[in-house]
Amino acid sequence: MRRMLALYAAGVYLFLHLPLAILALFSFNASRFTVWEGFSLRWYRAALSDRQLIEAAANSLVIGLAATAIATAAGTLGAYALWKRRSRWMAAALHVSLVTPEIVTGISLLAFYQWVFRFGGLRLGMHTVIGAHVAFCLVFVVLVVMARLRTLDPALEEAAMDLGASEWRAFREVTLPWLWPGITAAALLAFTLSFDDYVVTSLVAGVDSETLPMVIYAMAKRGVSPVVNAVSTLIATGLGVLILVSERLRSA
Amino acid sequence: MGPVLELRQVSKAFGASRVVEEVSLEIPRGSFFSLLGPSGCGKTTTLRLVAGFERPDEGEIRLNGAPIGHLKPYERNVSTVFQNYALFPHLTVRGNIEFGLKRRPAGERARRVRKAIEMVRLEGKEDRKPSEISGGERQRVALARSLVVEPEVLLLDEPLAALDPALRKQMRAELKDLQRRTGISFLFVTHDQEEALALSDTIAVMRNGRIEQTGTPEEIYLRPRTRFVANFMGAMNWIDGAGVRPEAMRVMRGPAPSGVRWAQAEVTAAAFLGNLIHLEARLPDGACVTAEMSRLDGSFAPGERVTLWWRQQDELKFPDEPA
Amino acid sequence: MRTIRTIFLAPSALAMLLLVAAPMGIVLIYSFLSRGVYGGIEWPLTLENWRRLADPLYLHILARTIALAAAATALCLVLGFPLALFISRAGPRKNLYLYLVILPFWTSFLVRTYAWMFLLRETGVINVVLMGLGLIREPLGMLYTPGAVLVGLVYGHLPFMVLPLYAALERLDRSLLEAAADLGARPWQAALRVLVPLAAPGIRAGSVLVFIPCLGAYLTPDLLGGSKTVMAGNLIQNQFTQARDWPFGSAAALALMAIILTLLVAWVRREKEPLL
Repeated sequence: MRRMLALYAAGVYLFLHLPLAILALFSFNASRFTVWEGFSLRWYRAALSDRQLIEAAANSLVIGLAATAIATAAGTLGAYALWKRRSRWMAAALHVSLVTPEIVTGISLLAFYQWVFRFGGLRLGMHTVIGAHVAFCLVFVVLVVMARLRTLDPALEEAAMDLGASEWRAFREVTLPWLWPGITAAALLAFTLSFDDYVVTSLVAGVDSETLPMVIYAMAKRGVSPVVNAVSTLIATGLGVLILVSERLRSA
Repeated sequence: MGPVLELRQVSKAFGASRVVEEVSLEIPRGSFFSLLGPSGCGKTTTLRLVAGFERPDEGEIRLNGAPIGHLKPYERNVSTVFQNYALFPHLTVRGNIEFGLKRRPAGERARRVRKAIEMVRLEGKEDRKPSEISGGERQRVALARSLVVEPEVLLLDEPLAALDPALRKQMRAELKDLQRRTGISFLFVTHDQEEALALSDTIAVMRNGRIEQTGTPEEIYLRPRTRFVANFMGAMNWIDGAGVRPEAMRVMRGPAPSGVRWAQAEVTAAAFLGNLIHLEARLPDGACVTAEMSRLDGSFAPGERVTLWWRQQDELKFPDEPA
Repeated sequence: MRTIRTIFLAPSALAMLLLVAAPMGIVLIYSFLSRGVYGGIEWPLTLENWRRLADPLYLHILARTIALAAAATALCLVLGFPLALFISRAGPRKNLYLYLVILPFWTSFLVRTYAWMFLLRETGVINVVLMGLGLIREPLGMLYTPGAVLVGLVYGHLPFMVLPLYAALERLDRSLLEAAADLGARPWQAALRVLVPLAAPGIRAGSVLVFIPCLGAYLTPDLLGGSKTVMAGNLIQNQFTQARDWPFGSAAALALMAIILTLLVAWVRREKEPLL
């Protein structure tokens, strides 16, 4: 039985990893057809010299960093507040945010933005995308930081105050040092979610705020291209590394 | 020179449950005062009220005569030793101990920390983290950390509960010694009556949020004012509504001497505990009685018919309480 | 203490209000409005959008969405259970095996969906290999079918099933299985009558964690299902882009949310511990 289980597990792992491996493999294929014609980096060169791709990647980076910063800051403080005292409204709102499909998040934000813009004369752009990304990242930040907080003995902050520290000093010198791995893990998670997002972004992006996933999607829709393979491999590897680091921090 | 800490009719409720009800205490300066009671009696909440982690709903808390009930924990000159020690995991032993001294000049800080470390005998461990020292050592760090800020009252929440029995006995002695040497008033919360008896100058027994009795260890043990206190402080035999301690119960063969209270009984169990013999006997009406006697006073076997006798003055009667 | 709490909670509360609550409110209002001639939104309040949802065409889409989500959940359960069992018995290498499950999941959903496009298309790797081995003469039309969508959904959500199952199985007391064997049960009998019922909380958690996202799937049916496999997500997206019928799209989105929220409430009621 043991051996059968192991064999089966190997099969499932193959199922999970083979598609990406094949994708990566063919990104090094000299030919654009599904026949192996030798090792080549031409698609990577093409990808890295594609103006549109580079600009989109830069946009994704800026949006990712901004959304991560905002979501992590707001989410960490929020998680701390909720840890101190539960709020049924916030808990409900966060649960709803968690289960809302991306498409619904996207269209609801689109509708909201368009309605607001009537009063301000604003249009869709980087800021709307950043706002949207904060919207769906926040709950994940709260979840990760909360999980870290739950490992903290509440008596520690009491002890700090007992010894003369104000609430603020207790937070800064006792809770925050303990929280850092969780905050960093949450930030990495938020960045990954933001960088990879297509659905929400495609709906609320303006003309000047095309992101990398949007470009990849367009290319994929036009047909399979080895350049997409190359870019995909780059993205997958990059995000994979980020998430590995995040998981390491979480269990530290 | 009044009491260092005073509680006057302090009450606290959490939702519908009244956890502390009209508690009044006076802790004399420089004494070892214990709050004793079963779990859930409100003793920990009372401690937290003094520390400032809870606000009283009613009543006054005075430190050296000045009311402190409205002050935040960091504004009160009392310090708490938590049950699980609550040591800061990311700071070293030294870092933990000097945490409360942030606002002092560096020289004074170093001096006071050194003195505290010597007092609890932790020399050599200053640079270790809490995870790198033993349970007993962690408790000493918690003590040092609280003592170094020189509080008026040291609040201890069952500090010995997390230690194994052998260590507990040893720490008990060290704790008493520490209190005597520093002269700081201790408010000690425990559910262990033996601990309270051994350590305290004064004991207050709590039950269901109220103080049942306050007094010296002798008063509490020998002259309990209620049945509850009598039962809580040690084993009791109840015969015809009067209570007799097992060690006051004498066992012999043959008729009882004159002028004492006595009863016939049949021995049901006799346990040899080394220095003591723990005897269980059954009275004619079926009630069970325990007697503790020195092994030098004889030995008895189960099934034997014996006479139990005790002096009238060793009886504890509670006429106001239902049987 | 209360002021610090309020100040700390404010940014998140504001974000939730502006970015979750208000948008949903707008969508709710829109669902009762009418579509303008050129695709705008006009005033006459109407229940027409909601009535349209009962049209067999849309009910069909809903049915397909539920069916695909359910099938994906079932497949994830069947495929994931033995894997979770394997990991829970793997001894010191448990964490490594868990990483191997989590890792592909977090490396870009878009990329992984695209990977299946790459594999399943007529000139894709699978067809090339099968034809090369002489097993088939003509390429299989695997892409743009409900099957492809199913594969994509299972591939994308398997970790969500494996992790809770693993958590439940790991807590299992091995001696219970030994007791079953001692009482005469064969391995598969013990598995069915002891293992599965005790792993039930994990099965429930995993099923919810797969079913709900699959209900709201958009990218997978879009890239792998083509125009033939329309799920609720595609319908909603279409209304807000090509069809420019925001009111109807709003109603559809809310209908989907209603189903999901019902499941969420049922779930929270049953499990005493909420996530937050």
